Amino acid sequence: MVTSPNSVTSEIQSTSLPKSWAPPPFIKNPILRWGLMLGLVLYLYLSVGMLEVNWTRIYEGLDRGAKFVFGFMNPNFAGRWSDISEGIIESLMMTVTSTVIGIAISIPIGFGAASNLAPLPIYLFCRAIIALSRSFQEIIVAILFVAIFGFGPLAGVLTLSFASIGFLSKLLAEDIESMDKSQAEAVKATGSPWWQWINYGVQPQIMPRLIGLSLYRLDINFRESAVVGLVGAGGIGATLNTAFDRYEYDTAAAILILIIGIVMLSEYISGYIRAGVQ
Amino acid sequence: MLEIKQLIKKYRTGDLAINGVDLKVEKGQVMALIGPSGAGKSTLIRCVNRLETPTSGEIWLNGENIVKLRSGKLRKARRNMGMIFQEYALVERLTVMENVLSGRLGYVGFWRSYLRKFPQTDVKEAFRLLEKVGLEKMFNKRADELSGGQRQRVGIARALIQNPDILLVDEPTASLDPKTSRQIMRLITELCEEHQLAAIINIHDVALAQMFAERIVGLREGNIVYDGHPDNLKPDVLTEIYGEEDWTAVRKSKAKKGTESEFDDESVSEEHMAEMM
Repeated sequence: MVTSPNSVTSEIQSTSLPKSWAPPPFIKNPILRWGLMLGLVLYLYLSVGMLEVNWTRIYEGLDRGAKFVFGFMNPNFAGRWSDISEGIIESLMMTVTSTVIGIAISIPIGFGAASNLAPLPIYLFCRAIIALSRSFQEIIVAILFVAIFGFGPLAGVLTLSFASIGFLSKLLAEDIESMDKSQAEAVKATGSPWWQWINYGVQPQIMPRLIGLSLYRLDINFRESAVVGLVGAGGIGATLNTAFDRYEYDTAAAILILIIGIVMLSEYISGYIRAGVQ
Repeated sequence: MLEIKQLIKKYRTGDLAINGVDLKVEKGQVMALIGPSGAGKSTLIRCVNRLETPTSGEIWLNGENIVKLRSGKLRKARRNMGMIFQEYALVERLTVMENVLSGRLGYVGFWRSYLRKFPQTDVKEAFRLLEKVGLEKMFNKRADELSGGQRQRVGIARALIQNPDILLVDEPTASLDPKTSRQIMRLITELCEEHQLAAIINIHDVALAQMFAERIVGLREGNIVYDGHPDNLKPDVLTEIYGEEDWTAVRKSKAKKGTESEFDDESVSEEHMAEMM
């Protein structure tokens, strides 16, 4: 008994077929579907209603805003240049140090948090570290570390390293989990020991991502170094905080422009490097 | 040399992939393993290399029961089995040379392999094999720059540099065009002869299997249903292995010019469709 394609089609046509088609809805139950949509709209309406807008306060604030913007138009680099340069240099030191420490700790944790490599207890342990690191915002960690280690860049470096671990390990682990299994398997099948298997079968697959993430984290850490400085953890943020406290918006503007410039520069450089390591 | 006894592999999903296979492969024998998709061909050779752990049974290679081996000893046993994969499974971001030399990882220490300072004899052998498979000028290319046929040649060199006793080959030609498929099969069988290697070659293409293998084993639903000479692979045997199909029909509909409709039994044709999937 052999089927030929022609006759199969003719057979299908003979039965009665539906004439129209619409994609199946994401939520099958129409009451639930419309109910959810309606609920969301209602919630949004009520939430907006809860925002109290004080128009006179805004009117007064416009003046302050204008001063701020005006300061931006006339950034003052010269007035406190020694403070600014000191802050920038400290921030760059914090950025590089914390990124290097972060990468060094993240690589083993990332491997441990990859479910396709690590045994369950190690996996859970590493995932717990990642969850801990990710659940605390930098500012909160910085406040804690300033309380322990005192004001200054040490608290900042530790904060940024801690935050880098959660970020880098998680994304590295995800990249390891989504690697091409067959490439790694082929190396294993040659009888390679574990470390050599990682070096030949796994590492080449994750290297571009690891480099990309590290460079990305470098810019994040620089930006964050400005933020953690606001709570006393050193760097350019401390200088920025002082400028704001003294209402020196022109100096603050100079600092912000420098931060933007450095972030853009590092973005450009890291984009260039990432394109090269595909 | 390789002897499989009462091998059973049941996956955690409950699928019984191999259902009590007994198989013996002699030194230097090239054997083709045929059968429909899902018959357990891949599982069988993956069990031999222990990429899958058999549920029960024994696999003896050179007097050792592979099923019982653990870590260090398993790695030593794996060095004697060269594997060649359907999608080549080269490490794409490594060079051709690194891919070939990765076949020596079981013999070379960590720092030597990490620094890519392999022993002179290994490098020499890699160059010899690359010449043998016709890629002597490609050694510094990255694997992902190569064509399918070239990649499979690198895969063959990687398996051979292990200096194995047996080759386990999983659908070597499934991703290749007919001409390249023949060249690859010829290369594998020639190298097996030259190195006195046994080989188990999983293959979908029955004609290729008949052309290049000296022995054919048919697998269906995890059982061996045929084991013999390629010339005895008659339509009734193919039906036994793959299920009902008109094996002699060649463009029958054209020949008959559609004058006669062959099938009247809908359920039978549906069964075919399901099996072809």
